[in-house]
Amino acid sequence: MQITPLGDSALIVELGEAINEATHVRVQAALRALMVEPLPGVSEVVPAYTTVTLFYDPWAVVQAGAPADEITTWLAAAVRERLKNPPKTAKSKPRTVEVPVCYGGEHGPDLNRVAAQAKLAPEDVVRRHAKAEYRVHLIGFSPGFPYLGGLPKELVTPRHAKPRMAVPAGSVGIGGEQTGIYPQSTPGGWNLIGRTPLRLFRPEEDPPVLLQAGDIVKFRAIAAEEFAQLQEART
Amino acid sequence: MIQVIKPGLLTTVQDLGRPGYQQYGVVVGGALDAFAARVANLIVGNDDNAAVLELAQTGPELGFERDTLIAWNGGDFDATIGGQPLPRDRPVRVAAGERVSFGVARTGWRAWLAVAGGIDVPLVMGSRTTYRRAGLGGHQGRPLVAGDELKTFEPGERGAALLHTLQAGQKRGTTWTVRPGTMGRPATAGVVRAMRGPEWDWFSEDAQRDFFSADWQATKEADRMGVRLQGPGLVQVKPREMISAAVNTGVVQVPPSGHPIVLLPSRQSVGGYPRIAAVAGVDIGRFTQLRPGEKVRFEKIPLQQAQDLWLARERDLARVRMGLARMTG
Repeated sequence: MQITPLGDSALIVELGEAINEATHVRVQAALRALMVEPLPGVSEVVPAYTTVTLFYDPWAVVQAGAPADEITTWLAAAVRERLKNPPKTAKSKPRTVEVPVCYGGEHGPDLNRVAAQAKLAPEDVVRRHAKAEYRVHLIGFSPGFPYLGGLPKELVTPRHAKPRMAVPAGSVGIGGEQTGIYPQSTPGGWNLIGRTPLRLFRPEEDPPVLLQAGDIVKFRAIAAEEFAQLQEART
Repeated sequence: MIQVIKPGLLTTVQDLGRPGYQQYGVVVGGALDAFAARVANLIVGNDDNAAVLELAQTGPELGFERDTLIAWNGGDFDATIGGQPLPRDRPVRVAAGERVSFGVARTGWRAWLAVAGGIDVPLVMGSRTTYRRAGLGGHQGRPLVAGDELKTFEPGERGAALLHTLQAGQKRGTTWTVRPGTMGRPATAGVVRAMRGPEWDWFSEDAQRDFFSADWQATKEADRMGVRLQGPGLVQVKPREMISAAVNTGVVQVPPSGHPIVLLPSRQSVGGYPRIAAVAGVDIGRFTQLRPGEKVRFEKIPLQQAQDLWLARERDLARVRMGLARMTG
């Protein structure tokens, strides 16, 4: 396990070299071990595909007992020790979250584009996209935006060369090998195949997101009427 | 109550940011120069994390309903009170009914204004920082507009005592000052200290040499997320695909264009560009003051030196804090 400094106030813990299930499990385990009782001076632990990164305040780490000339070594040793003997935490089973999506039409302007390059009928793209099971690898880009792994290979579609200025909130997109959902209206270059009425970012809740890294996502195709009803029920 | 008469170009409520939620895609944000904001707060007797106003390029005009103790620092703004220059880097008394106008930045780009007690806006996810993309935090989740009214908390004991002293002596401000830029061991003008980043080895020898010797020019592509620099293109030995990973404030990313971007506190939580370097924490504030066209050079220092600089500045701040406590205590 390699630990590399990222500037003078962060440390990267590398837990794998490629994006895969085994690495994902190690990242989640490391995140739990480092979060259950934060190490001294550490303000935040941020997971990504193959790493977790610890953000720390050098001054606070020294106040907690680190020698002033060996802050990084001291903290890295504490991280190794913690990961070797992780505190017992209830290892939660991954949650499965169903996400209703209205595919195609006005909600999925790029469905035909994806279908054309996959050489499939649009209905087949929908069937295959909704049948697959996805893993939330990472939340990033914008508040609550899930990067999902598990897209069927035939649906892999390159991003738009020119991103849209504004993607409607709730849009489900395909960007290369990944699929994801835009929680807010933001610029975006992914192929939009549908839209969910669910709110992905919920600042009034704790945690403030519908989906978290580690969750399993299943899409359920819904008709435009159900989309409208669910969106109505939200407000 | 503080009345916003003119909002300025981009005036926002900020504290020290919203850490703890990066794993949900929520940016940390906060005052771009956190140290400057802490010092402004210290001067008026606030906690470090009290909410302040951040000003950019053209500051606001503010009306005060009652006698208020304020302090501001940062870039050199044309700040006035009743037509007279508004003293900076020290506690200043604004009398009920007076207006403070910040004008434009003559040098630098941003400033921080602390008010004794701190700006009273609701805590959202543990912070009062404005988060524009999500439309939350700060004052109604957005920059200030004309007509806004800002509430403030009651001043702390030290802030109230300072205000009382200034009132009793009919004084505008104190003679003593606290300047964040003089604490620790500041870099020489035009130089920013930095250390190698995790992907340093990905770059060609030319790129490695250029990075630490060239004059880099700040571009107009600069906001609270980062500043893009113009200079010699930085080329990788062999372009590689990077797996997205966390970034930090001060990290210098190099997108395929070869023009580096220095990340500031409203950066995204993860990034996919190689990280050639990281600016020393104590020098990040420099990038919040760069005007388009201004130049900087990076001086290479080891990680441990960057942390020494960090500790030296904190020790100085701790000394000032104790001194101020004794003065009023």
